[in-house]
Amino acid sequence: MSHETAMAEGGFWRDSGRTGIGAWIFSTDHKRIGLMYLYCVLGFFLVGAFLGLLIRLELMAPGPTIMTAQTYNAMFTVHGVVMIFLFIIPGIPASFGNLVLPIQLGARDVAFPRVNLFSWWLYAIGAVIVLTSLFTGGGAPDTGWTFYVPFSARTTTNVSLAVFGVFVLGFSSILTGINFITTIHRMRAPGMTWTRIPLFAWSLYATAWVQVLATPIIAITLLLVVTERILGLGLFDPTRGGDPVMYQHMFWIYSHPAVYIMILPGMGVISDIIPVFSRKPIFGYKMIAFSSLAIAAAGSAVWGHHMYTSGMSDLGVLVFSFLTFIVAIPSAIKVFNWVSTMYKGSISLEAPMLFALSFILLFSIGGLSGLILGAAATDIHVHDTHFVVGHFHYVMFGGTGFAFFAAAHYWLPKYFGRRYKEKPAIVGWVLMFIGFNILYFTMQVLGMEGMPRRYYDYLPEFARLNFVATVGSWILLTGVAIVVWNLWHGLFKGEAFTGNPWGGATLEWSVPTPPPTENFEQDPVVTHGPYDFKGAGIP
Amino acid sequence: MTEEHAEHILSYGKLTTVWVALLVLTAATIMVTRVELGVWKVWAALAIASVKSGLVIAFFMHMKYEPRLFRIILFVALFTLAGFIGGTFFDVLYR
Repeated sequence: MSHETAMAEGGFWRDSGRTGIGAWIFSTDHKRIGLMYLYCVLGFFLVGAFLGLLIRLELMAPGPTIMTAQTYNAMFTVHGVVMIFLFIIPGIPASFGNLVLPIQLGARDVAFPRVNLFSWWLYAIGAVIVLTSLFTGGGAPDTGWTFYVPFSARTTTNVSLAVFGVFVLGFSSILTGINFITTIHRMRAPGMTWTRIPLFAWSLYATAWVQVLATPIIAITLLLVVTERILGLGLFDPTRGGDPVMYQHMFWIYSHPAVYIMILPGMGVISDIIPVFSRKPIFGYKMIAFSSLAIAAAGSAVWGHHMYTSGMSDLGVLVFSFLTFIVAIPSAIKVFNWVSTMYKGSISLEAPMLFALSFILLFSIGGLSGLILGAAATDIHVHDTHFVVGHFHYVMFGGTGFAFFAAAHYWLPKYFGRRYKEKPAIVGWVLMFIGFNILYFTMQVLGMEGMPRRYYDYLPEFARLNFVATVGSWILLTGVAIVVWNLWHGLFKGEAFTGNPWGGATLEWSVPTPPPTENFEQDPVVTHGPYDFKGAGIP
Repeated sequence: MTEEHAEHILSYGKLTTVWVALLVLTAATIMVTRVELGVWKVWAALAIASVKSGLVIAFFMHMKYEPRLFRIILFVALFTLAGFIGGTFFDVLYR
């Protein structure tokens, strides 16, 4: 074990030029920045998950259970804000994107390493502002993560500071997007043609465009809320010529594409893992790459489907409902191609693959329940019920969350030079998968029966299923705890991880473990596709 | 990034011409408000504003002399913005 102890200090862990914490928070190395993002997003994920657990405890039985109604309102708001803006948006692109993208392209770093560090600082500052807003002023915001007017303009809670924090976080996201677009255009190694770019990088490319084009809209919208609160201009007040529905338009013009900022990188992770663990080249490479762009483009034109009951015009409802169905096509292309990749492959069911497989199932359930919400006729019945809560947790947690853990099990050993234990990873995954379905499928049934979302109390007939859902949350979190503990313990103290045990053909598997600071000793020349295992000389 | 793109400088004559054109169009914007055009008033103002921003982007921001990729990227951004505004109008105009 002694010679293995040195592993984690090798590569980029060793030569940084600085010592102590300065070696991290002032480092422009994409791998260090990626790891800093990873620790932050994982920390916020655990905070958000704990808040979710408290929400479920409150809903375990009708009436007041463990908190007051006002605390409950703050709980679901903060759960949403933390999970959306601090975990899931930067979750995969900023952490694994930073860790993996430059190496996958054969580059020594991203195009603008200092801007990259700056965006981490903006993320950290934005996160501190958001967290400060919870404990200062009039207390934690109670508007829901959507900050809808007119309530957000009137509530006495600390909305102004919270939305300012989100504003700062938005700039972090934009800068990461610009960095990744430029990196993919300009920093590819010789031979890394557009059709040899790994699909994870393609998904980051599509994501980056959404980050750059849509995020400014939320920045303006949130500033308008602050202006409204401080100056009372009446922008969203109909008695003074304003329009409250306009807020919802502007909010969802960003926040719906943001859903694709969240899910597209997850799809990229799955597209990279499935061929490696099926020992077969990906089926339909070009279509998967193209469908990422198609999802980004089509997903930017469907924001109105969040607003069918808002009083929007009937023509608007019709147009947005139609456009929403278009998004299903590229999403289905991906799912069919992943399944076709596995067909007649030599599948090995190790931890990353198990998370990837459950992604396909859970994302499909989430996506199909999304069609019920995308069709105006059915949406109006289940709007603002637990059906919606179940739906987006299937997509966001069952999709992106499981992809995040798939990526962690797949890539992190490469960067730490140590590996986790396989058995606890699988036990954790089984518990997560079972707990997840008990929790969120029950929510969908509750929604169909008419249980509204964001309500503190509910009718007695919903009691049984709410109890079941809460038990599901305990199983799910037990699984998450095992998975996170196993990763943490394994990556810092586990067995040595060397070489390319899973036989990946993308460039990150060709560099030493852990990768050196400059990634490549000599600039690589790419001669084969990302899933061409024969071309890469992998048996 | 080749040297000729980085070093390109427009002549003062050309810059002045664009500047004068912008001033004329500004005057036109003001004059249009005095003509009774009904609902077309907004379209007229928007059309003049579009030409003006087109001139600024093409000459003052050098987009006319940049590689095609940059122009495509700018077009994607403008197209997206137009989509966002257009989508919102499906609601506002037909409510």
